[in-house]
Amino acid sequence: MIKTDILIIGAGPTGLFTVFEAGLLKLKCHLIDALPQAGGQCSEIYPKKPIYDIPAYPEILAGDLTHKLMEQCKQFEPGFTLGERADTIEKQEDGSFIVTTNKGTKHQAPVVAIAGGLGSFEPRKPLIHNITSFEDKGVEYIIKDPEVYRNKKVVIAGGGDSALDWSIFLSDVAKEVTLIHRRNEFRGHLDSVEKVQELKNAGKINLVTPAEVVGILGDKEVSGVVVKQAEHIEKEFEIECDHFIPLFGLSPKLGPIANWGLEIEKNAIKVDNSLDYQTNIPGVFAIGDVNTYPGKLKLILCGFHEATLMCQSAYKIINPGKRYVMKYTTVAGVDGFDGTRKEAPKAVVKKIE
Amino acid sequence: MEQDINIKITDREGNTHSIQAPTDMAMNLMEVVRSFELAEEGTIGVCGGMAMCASCQCYVLSDTQLPEMQDDEEAMLSEAFYVKDNSRLGCQIHITPELEGLEVELAPES
Repeated sequence: MIKTDILIIGAGPTGLFTVFEAGLLKLKCHLIDALPQAGGQCSEIYPKKPIYDIPAYPEILAGDLTHKLMEQCKQFEPGFTLGERADTIEKQEDGSFIVTTNKGTKHQAPVVAIAGGLGSFEPRKPLIHNITSFEDKGVEYIIKDPEVYRNKKVVIAGGGDSALDWSIFLSDVAKEVTLIHRRNEFRGHLDSVEKVQELKNAGKINLVTPAEVVGILGDKEVSGVVVKQAEHIEKEFEIECDHFIPLFGLSPKLGPIANWGLEIEKNAIKVDNSLDYQTNIPGVFAIGDVNTYPGKLKLILCGFHEATLMCQSAYKIINPGKRYVMKYTTVAGVDGFDGTRKEAPKAVVKKIE
Repeated sequence: MEQDINIKITDREGNTHSIQAPTDMAMNLMEVVRSFELAEEGTIGVCGGMAMCASCQCYVLSDTQLPEMQDDEEAMLSEAFYVKDNSRLGCQIHITPELEGLEVELAPES
């Protein structure tokens, strides 16, 4: 059981900034995120795209924003459960909550802050009629352990970075790699595209374009795929394989959080915006893009504000009756849980003769 | 308003809405759909309009002359589902006076 003060669901910008604000109040945080890395959409969807409305940054790349937020909160030593989706929440007799992930990891905290953005990112599944019956029997939407593919025949479908990068990587691991895409053009980093070209020329990647997987073959496990190729004349053929890996990106879904008994409106969680962004369940807050209230704007900078106010209420729940006034970091400095201290340099007091 | 144009949008339930869209607010078709709440929040414009998610895919029903498809839109559509010959991404269609009379249908959520 992982125990913390504030359990944050979602490690995007709002969740990461919560760690900092909570740390100033001496509250510890742990974050759960379905993605394997922190940063949320900023890291997953548009790390190389600029943002222009972060206060004091005329321009910052989304990926850099994530790095800066990680750096800002690091002295408060946040814990992370990455690559796992928060599935259930159970209220305990002492008022705390236990949140369990899809992999069974349990977390306990008196306060839960849902900073889940648009939801957890789920793989987009191609529309192949029999695909669901082969899930985990040779069909994988996410590559977790490349060793699974050692000396196997693998078919990858998709035209983006992940399809390219995994084709390159697996060409050294698997017995045979086939990359199938609906077009001849790929959208990815130039060096990845060039590398695939090189591997294709060397016969290490079997490229099939413009084509589409339209069916999966196999008894219980995948034994091959049916491919429809549309160059010149349309034709259908089979490719023998042990694994079929469709990589068509991820799309966010509110997911299990929708069943937590929270008031939901427009795919978002209703909160009290007149005070602290608490949901209809006391002790559970929703901050950032995941919440809604009259006039809500889904902006990173609004998430930062919401996180800050939420932490004040979290303090009161965790330390009932304990007095506190908000302190300016410039005045009080920042005392990390790791023993570090940041503070403004003292003014020099020296006589001028 | 004078600078508004008339557009017909068929939502995912099959209902057709006749709406007036402003041409002077630098809006795109995806944003118009959101501003009129013709698709549930969170199911359209997920990436914010960067041609990176295809949640605003629509089928163009009228023969309105549309701006040519750029590489990123074409690439995204090649990875999307339910794509037809008349598919476009709403976020890449900017509302201009030339689009008067445009008729589109929202593609299914995926």
